[in-house]
Amino acid sequence: MAKEQILLEVKGLKKHFPITGGLLKRVQNSVKAVDGVNLVIHRGETLGLVGESGCGKTTLGRTLAMLETPSEGEILFEGQNILNFRPKQLRALRQEIQTVFQDPYSSLNPRQTVGDIIGEPFDIHDIGTRPEREQRVNHLMEVVGLRPEQFHLYPHEFSGGQRQRISIARALALNPKLIICDEPISALDVSIKAQVINLLEDLQRDFNLTYLFITHDLAVVEHVSDRVAVMYLGRLVELADSADLHRTPYHPYTEALLSASPVPDPTAVTDGIILKGDVPSPIHPPQGCRFNTRCPFVVEKCSQEPGPPWEELTQNHWVCCWRARERRNL
Amino acid sequence: MNLPVPEPLLEIKGLKTYFYMKDGIAKAVDNVSLQIKPGETLGIAGESGCGKSVTALSIIRLLQEPPARIVGGTIDFSTRGDLTKLTQAEMRKIRGNEISMIFQEPMTSLNPVFRIGRQMSETIKVHQNVSAKEALNRTVELLKMVGLSAPEKQIKDYPHQLSGGMRQRVMIAMALSCNPKLMLADEPTTALDVTIQAQILNLMNELKKRIGTAIMLITHDLGVIAKMAQNVCVMYAGVVVETADVVTLFSNPLHPYTIGLLASLPRPHRKGEQKQRLNTIRGIVPSLLNLPGGCKFSDRCPNVFEPCKKWEPPLVSVTGPKGRHLVSCWLHHTPPNE
Repeated sequence: MAKEQILLEVKGLKKHFPITGGLLKRVQNSVKAVDGVNLVIHRGETLGLVGESGCGKTTLGRTLAMLETPSEGEILFEGQNILNFRPKQLRALRQEIQTVFQDPYSSLNPRQTVGDIIGEPFDIHDIGTRPEREQRVNHLMEVVGLRPEQFHLYPHEFSGGQRQRISIARALALNPKLIICDEPISALDVSIKAQVINLLEDLQRDFNLTYLFITHDLAVVEHVSDRVAVMYLGRLVELADSADLHRTPYHPYTEALLSASPVPDPTAVTDGIILKGDVPSPIHPPQGCRFNTRCPFVVEKCSQEPGPPWEELTQNHWVCCWRARERRNL
Repeated sequence: MNLPVPEPLLEIKGLKTYFYMKDGIAKAVDNVSLQIKPGETLGIAGESGCGKSVTALSIIRLLQEPPARIVGGTIDFSTRGDLTKLTQAEMRKIRGNEISMIFQEPMTSLNPVFRIGRQMSETIKVHQNVSAKEALNRTVELLKMVGLSAPEKQIKDYPHQLSGGMRQRVMIAMALSCNPKLMLADEPTTALDVTIQAQILNLMNELKKRIGTAIMLITHDLGVIAKMAQNVCVMYAGVVVETADVVTLFSNPLHPYTIGLLASLPRPHRKGEQKQRLNTIRGIVPSLLNLPGGCKFSDRCPNVFEPCKKWEPPLVSVTGPKGRHLVSCWLHHTPPNE
């Protein structure tokens, strides 16, 4: 790959959801779903985003797609801060960033036919004439592996894997540059997962797409991603090339995730970190390093503000941990 | 530890559980045979609709009848004989006592309006003929065993006050409260995060060693099977297509479906190495109302040949003395002559 071009850059992004309560519905607190994320996505790459439920990975994805308005920070798409965009510019931007959601049952309108679902982006953005649209929809259906005679069928007539193909076709309709895939294969059967992963990879090659691939499945993320970011309680804890991250994780949380994910090999020795306890609430995240309440290597410094800095420890390998350098002898 | 029982703890022979629906008969479980030895973990692997949950529900007789009905086969359990012949009253004595079950979703399987302590001690009171106080004491002990930090306080909590992992611990404690001989675990960790899943799987293994309970572990996650099970059954569209000990199954799978499943899992690749395409199984999981004739996998199988369309292959042993490796595929035994 030539010198990587930055497609999207995120600086100090925060998304807090207010909690109101009491008689006057005053804001009493907030859920700090995304709390200070810095990230770049290069053109043509697949960036994996992993983390457990409630870590903010979906909110981050939705914020990047402008489905949520960030509380703080900047999002630069091709160098322009999209938070300052006027509604008209934003509308144009939405052609460039598309989303594929996890649940192919709730993300498709049950009253629309497949042809209408895939063709709706053309209606919204007023592109092409009726026959042109129809032709384009047929082409898209072919690209994702649906048969043209299924044009007039409804979503309930399809299996989960096929529905996800419909979602993917809809996301592709406007030739986007970035597709945010939020757990696109989690709801699918084992034998169907591989089909959808292969489809996404083929489309990336053919249409020069960039993916933000959000998932909790580490084996899948290693397979599909060029780089992987690990998120914990609203912040990134580690970011590195996929192979590096899986071979030499710097952050104890990444280590724990890796050793916790079951390997399909009965002879594999499983040792490593088994975490105790649950993820703390994002309403009252721990002081200092967010992970200090569950970390087996915790020292006094970890629970003090400010938390550890987000630094590039070795080339392209970012981590947010006070003890990473010492633990990895760097 | 219980005394070793020579015969299998549970032996299912030719089980058929059908659902009688408006659109036809869904053969959810169609001629399934398997056995579980005392103290072992049997993994049941398969995709949605393959009949793995219905098999478990047939054992513990919690199927909604109608539409479901066990139309054939026997389920011999320990000293109780054929479970399919027992009345519901007799089953009630076994359920929760000798056979217990944990479900996928711990939120919906606990009653939201009763405190944890009351729900758990109920099982103990029903089956063990002890006083309410005694039952509550046992509940606290059990909760301590599954790793709750302050069980004396937590018995007064309602289910919604606990996290997903904690709720699943409560379910496991409840399932183990009468030292069952067999625990049916239906996707026990699917709703949980990986770090919590690892905690729960370790806990199940530890308790199994301590109490000697056999586990039938139903999951679609082959990684979980590899970690937990000693023997594995792979199911597809209501039939067992292959069964073997876990090492043999992962190192030497014989049925094209098992081979395809294992090959479709993403494997780690080296740095700079070209990404490998995943192998796939073509087609989709068929509807139970519309299965192909002959071998049920024949329309997706890469090795399909003539006999597959004509006859359904029986589940027959392929290896000699080394172990129980059964497979139902015409590639591995001779089809009948016309």
